[in-house]
Amino acid sequence: MLLKRIRRRRESFTGYLFVFPWIIGFLLFMAYPIYFSLNMSFHKVLITSEGIQKDFLGWDNFKYAFLSDPKYVEELLVFIKSVVFMIPIVVVFAMLVALLINQPIRFKGLFRAIFFLPVVITSGEVVKELFAQGATTISIVERYGIIQFIEANLSPSWSEPIIAIIQQLIVILWYSGVQILIFLAGLQKVNSQIYEAASIDGASPWEIFWKITLPSIKPFILVNIIYTTVDLFTNSLNDVIILIKEHMFKINTGFGYATAQAWIYFMIIFVILLFVVVIFGRNEDYNPRKAGR
Amino acid sequence: MWKAVKTIDKIKIENIWYKLKKFFLGKQGNDGMIFKTVIYALLISIGFVYLYPIFYMVSHSFKSLKDLLDPTVLWLPKTLHLDNYIRAWNVLDFPKAFGASLLNSVLPALSQTVSCALVGYGFARFNFPGKSIMLAFILLTFIIPVQVVMIPLFLLFKQYGLLGSPLPFIVPALFAGGIKSALFILIYLQFFKTVPKALEESAQIDGAGPFKTFFRIIIPISVPAIVVVFLFSLVWHWNETYMASLYLGESMRTLPLMLQTFDLAYSQEYASSGATEMVNINESIKLAGTMLIILPLLILYLFAQRWFVEVVDKTGLTGE
Repeated sequence: MLLKRIRRRRESFTGYLFVFPWIIGFLLFMAYPIYFSLNMSFHKVLITSEGIQKDFLGWDNFKYAFLSDPKYVEELLVFIKSVVFMIPIVVVFAMLVALLINQPIRFKGLFRAIFFLPVVITSGEVVKELFAQGATTISIVERYGIIQFIEANLSPSWSEPIIAIIQQLIVILWYSGVQILIFLAGLQKVNSQIYEAASIDGASPWEIFWKITLPSIKPFILVNIIYTTVDLFTNSLNDVIILIKEHMFKINTGFGYATAQAWIYFMIIFVILLFVVVIFGRNEDYNPRKAGR
Repeated sequence: MWKAVKTIDKIKIENIWYKLKKFFLGKQGNDGMIFKTVIYALLISIGFVYLYPIFYMVSHSFKSLKDLLDPTVLWLPKTLHLDNYIRAWNVLDFPKAFGASLLNSVLPALSQTVSCALVGYGFARFNFPGKSIMLAFILLTFIIPVQVVMIPLFLLFKQYGLLGSPLPFIVPALFAGGIKSALFILIYLQFFKTVPKALEESAQIDGAGPFKTFFRIIIPISVPAIVVVFLFSLVWHWNETYMASLYLGESMRTLPLMLQTFDLAYSQEYASSGATEMVNINESIKLAGTMLIILPLLILYLFAQRWFVEVVDKTGLTGE
């Protein structure tokens, strides 16, 4: 009894020793900055020669962001709208490519390497440059007047984000590299005997996809939607985060207002993720992958 | 007699028909010739579109101004115009910026590889109070945008005089923080869970302490996870520009940061150097600059492609 307790205590101690760097790092470079920035978002912050001077403002920074700032809400809405389109595009594309590569074909490694390449070379600057040179879309799209069609049939508040997506469609697809790998791993885990049994029973590939493949990789779809959401919000150079950086060094707004903007941005990510988990996380009770074992 | 020949023919024809059908359509609907052709065609065409920006970049970066304006020159430039690359090399100040990039990616990546391994092992193998809440915090750090903590960190690093050096990236990395550290901790955690416990137990019976066991037994068999984390950390630090421009300022400029101010740097480099050199900046020169920036990554990918692509299989990331 005593021996057991000593052993357990020793285990906890060793565990803490191993994760100790993370605890320090989290407190110093995460928890403290989070507290500090939350505090700052309710102040007007001035950096003077004597140090940081803070005037309490209450919710004024947040009110200003929503009610008075000429650009912030607009940029935020444009970005959220485009993300709402981008997430399904990325996830469906990743699934399609993973399904293709998972077929009994040769050069699987080569195809995987092709579709993963952008993860390695994409940086904000490179994408910006490619977009500026018009290399991010296929000219066919423009040739057949699809953009004009969208412009004519949708209100500008929706047509603008859609056109923006079409114009950078390829680099949006570039965000799917990791997701393809996750789907491939998921597909490889589906028991091949289930497929054999289904085809002996006369199921067509179409039926097999909807009735076996899709339900089996459902958990991976959720993982990929979450990953895509986080990736798009934290990894891409969008107008919202550029705006935040601009406001950092503006005298009349400063650090306080910039952090308030950052917090609003984070809250939106959080709400979207919550929404995704609630919608796609349901029906976990049916899982043929686990049932098949 | 005739009847017999007819039936034999019929059987033969049926046989051939069956074989053809099997060849083209397959036994199970997904191993026939037609199906495979469709799959290859789809993969190749999607792959082409996917890599189109890169092909575009390569082709355009070799075009001279004449080729660029000539509408008949689509993909293959008439001459390989290397001058673009020479100019871009000078404008980017390539050796210096490459050194800065290397410093800002290799050192943080090394720190992150080591620290996240320790932390991941701690979470994978030991039970201690507060473990689940810590894991929840790790997930939180994954979804929190860097903008939220950027300003306090900036002030903190400024206070300790770390700005303008790679230290703002190295120091958090040493403490299992920094770019995407949550993901790296999770990769290690999943990997160490797949290592059989018997290995450590036998080492412990031989009298090795937990740290000795970790470094002598666990690390040598964890090469796949270590390489994967190092490579991803390296690449993500290399491509980082948002924080880098804030932390490094003017004193140190990595390759992607040089691209930000390419136009300005170009005019400074070439406008003052006399009329003979006057070539206005054009998209070919800019694309040559972009190529130079991703070239080190392409070379790395060429050799280490296997590690990148097999990250999920090698580390057991999807779990059971």
